[in-house]
Amino acid sequence: MKHARIAFAGALHNAVERHGQLLLQDGRLVAQDAVVWLPPLAPTPRPRTILALGLNYADHAKELAFKAPEEPLVFVKGENTLIGHRAFTMRPADVEFMHYECELTVVVGKTAHRVRRDDAYDFVGGYTVANDYAIRDYLENWYRPNLRVKNRDTCTPIGPWLVDAADVPDPMRLGLQTTVNGKLTQSGNTRDMIFDVPFLIEYFSSFMTLQPGDLILTGTPDGVVDCRPGDVVVTEIEGIGSLHNTIEQGQA
Amino acid sequence: MSLNYMPAGTVYGVLLNFADEYAAMAAQMTQAPYKAQPLAPVLFVKTANTWSANDTAIAVPRHVLQVEVGATIAMVIGPRSLADKPAAATPDVLSYVLMNDLSLPHASFFRPPVKFKCLDGFLGVGSLLVGAQQAGDPALFKLQVRINGDLRQTLDFSHLRRSAAQLLADVSAFMTLRQGDVLMLGCGAGRPLAQAGDHIEISAPGLPAFGTLANTLGEAP
Repeated sequence: MKHARIAFAGALHNAVERHGQLLLQDGRLVAQDAVVWLPPLAPTPRPRTILALGLNYADHAKELAFKAPEEPLVFVKGENTLIGHRAFTMRPADVEFMHYECELTVVVGKTAHRVRRDDAYDFVGGYTVANDYAIRDYLENWYRPNLRVKNRDTCTPIGPWLVDAADVPDPMRLGLQTTVNGKLTQSGNTRDMIFDVPFLIEYFSSFMTLQPGDLILTGTPDGVVDCRPGDVVVTEIEGIGSLHNTIEQGQA
Repeated sequence: MSLNYMPAGTVYGVLLNFADEYAAMAAQMTQAPYKAQPLAPVLFVKTANTWSANDTAIAVPRHVLQVEVGATIAMVIGPRSLADKPAAATPDVLSYVLMNDLSLPHASFFRPPVKFKCLDGFLGVGSLLVGAQQAGDPALFKLQVRINGDLRQTLDFSHLRRSAAQLLADVSAFMTLRQGDVLMLGCGAGRPLAQAGDHIEISAPGLPAFGTLANTLGEAP
């Protein structure tokens, strides 16, 4: 099943996909373009942990002139960065290079502590798509990628759907692609991840307990380009969803 | 004041915000891999799995010989008053609280410190919130760190590179700190090391309202 969280007719709703439309819990069926999409994530009792991988596809690591890492390069994001499907992301006025990153995102389904690789999939609740924008002008070599690059408001669109893990038989064999204004700019497959989903769950849960609703953004393949105000960026993962976002001119 | 405080939002920490800590790194800053002095505040996140209440034990993984004690005071962000100021303005600090930002010692600050700082339990959280008015000027804050009763570090918050207000403004310039989010003021150089069995106490001389943040390091089961 594909789950969404939306605002419609003055209220928040949980919904599921039904014949290309949204089925609300009260039985109403509404069109996808008639609602405001929120991140497809249930609220958590404590702030959710949002882990994001850098350089987790060999081709992207090469593109950015790094050798493939020997252990995961991971950074943490705050919830201030998350926005839903069909929303707007601010590009600061004074920057030269802001790019999308299409990423398969794991939503943790149950408390995970010292999980072994072979059991890892039991702890996945579902999958969604995240677009982990980066503003490279602000890169500094201190705890890189630093928060000024990666933790900005509106810079992590996520959704549209949370797809149940049971409906994703092989998350390590999914095509990913990004289009900018309809033109294909990024294309890859999750099979090319350096550290795959079971590895990441084993690795993180070896020292940090993951809770339901925590997120792991698993990195992006080759093919990132600058995005300008007005650009429509669609990050899509096979069987998971097609996440639309529009760049908007922000302040300096 | 409220008892048994736990953060309601994201907890952010800052590296290199004490003058002595910055001076100790200064010669390396223009060398690889850093290649330049930091411009923006050097931030990191203490994820919710790290939060340990006052007077609880913090488990140290068996392979870990020593843990770095990062005594600090944190700002707790208050509600934003849209009537008073534009939405993008720096938020107000509602209160302050003691924190113990534990780390596995790490010499390189090139990559984000998740595996050094986000271990389960690795943030001691003071139980007492001290209102901003009662706390007074953060530049007057002082901290003492005792391990097994011995005074091991004294911190003087008049030696911050970015004052509390400046840090808040410089972070808010590129991201929203929301009500309930927490921003730590930093730890000094010479952070003491501790190991399993040690009892760590952090207190603020002259400001008894903060109470004492006490945690004992224990061996992981």
